[in-house]
Amino acid sequence: MTGGSTTGDDGSVPVTAGSTAPDSATGGTGTAPTAAGTTAGQAVIPVAAPALAAAWPLWEVFVRSSRGLSHVHAGSLHAPDADMAVRNARDLYTRRNEGVSLWVVPASAIIASDPDAKGRFFESPQGKDYRHATYYTKSEGVKHL
Amino acid sequence: MSSDSATRITPGNALRPEDIAAAGTRADRDTAAYALRLGDDALVLAQRLGWWISRAPELEEDVALGNIALDLIGHARSFLSYAGSADGRTEDDLAYWRNETEFRSAHLVEQPNGDFARTIARQLVVSFYQFELYGSLQHSADPTLAAIAAKAVKEVDYHRDHSAQWVLRLGLGTAESRGRMIRALELTWPYVGELFDDDELAASLGDRAVLPSSLKPAFDRGIAAVLRQAELEVPAVPSAPGGGRRGQHSEHLGYLLAEMQVLARDHPGAAW
Repeated sequence: MTGGSTTGDDGSVPVTAGSTAPDSATGGTGTAPTAAGTTAGQAVIPVAAPALAAAWPLWEVFVRSSRGLSHVHAGSLHAPDADMAVRNARDLYTRRNEGVSLWVVPASAIIASDPDAKGRFFESPQGKDYRHATYYTKSEGVKHL
Repeated sequence: MSSDSATRITPGNALRPEDIAAAGTRADRDTAAYALRLGDDALVLAQRLGWWISRAPELEEDVALGNIALDLIGHARSFLSYAGSADGRTEDDLAYWRNETEFRSAHLVEQPNGDFARTIARQLVVSFYQFELYGSLQHSADPTLAAIAAKAVKEVDYHRDHSAQWVLRLGLGTAESRGRMIRALELTWPYVGELFDDDELAASLGDRAVLPSSLKPAFDRGIAAVLRQAELEVPAVPSAPGGGRRGQHSEHLGYLLAEMQVLARDHPGAAW
């Protein structure tokens, strides 16, 4: 469980602390990760794939509370597949009576905006008062606007 | 959870052990003895499951098993509160101040955790058994037992789902996981029979209790459906002798109780 994180800055699945096999966490290529600290030129001893390739993928959790109209992002978790993810979400995010509906989404399926593009993405609307209704004055004779 | 949590927190309404103690209803001796069995099964298994916290394959599974253990503690507290009402003892008196031979739990729940598959196999059996048990007991003529069962059956229904999901994944997973699941079922099944043994007490309570043998057909159907889907079979192994309902236990229970009771016995009356 990594509270509140979604995708990394580069849009990839973030590697969480404690993950033993960051390479395979993203789905990987199925090749065995090599031991950390191996220097170039040294013989790489192949590691049996099942031992390290087992890290569970990350899922984002959305909870709808009994009075809520929409599902709201609550956090994230690890699970081996979608069915287990929704069960883990139940155990982690609804154990204090918080929800009546759950969604889980593979974190890798979320495409995030680029934080470095904040300027060109989000600053453009600033100063454009005319995009707000309050910019305009009511024309004479118009009632109930 | 932080104050800007996406979720709303409410305690909800449900029967609590405190309500049972406060109601002041006194169980008669036989009903108390019956409640003690159900409470001890839940308590001993909860203590076993609690061991997994920090040791499960992933943090998420720690929490899942911990949640199940806490549900079981809740059931145990209710049943033991009611059992104790017969002779003025509290749930804590019964949990912490009885010795091994005074426990009435089945042998299955005191079995060691083993590997994850073995814990799941034990949980599969217990959750399917308890689901049928509480499903029937919620119609008991004893209103307290019926109320405890009505709350517990929904929780146990989830435990059933949790264990079944894991049996499918282990059974249909790698050769290693499948081999461990098959072995786990073989180690677990000798203790299944005891859960469905009738005796004088269960029979004498009539419509206040549930006759254990009456639960077996539905249990068998439920288990068969899960195992079939997981391409596994009910192992053909002989039954263990049992005796838990008479206070005869395996060596495992003594160690489990020693750990569970040591704090309360070293510091009587301590609150934590």
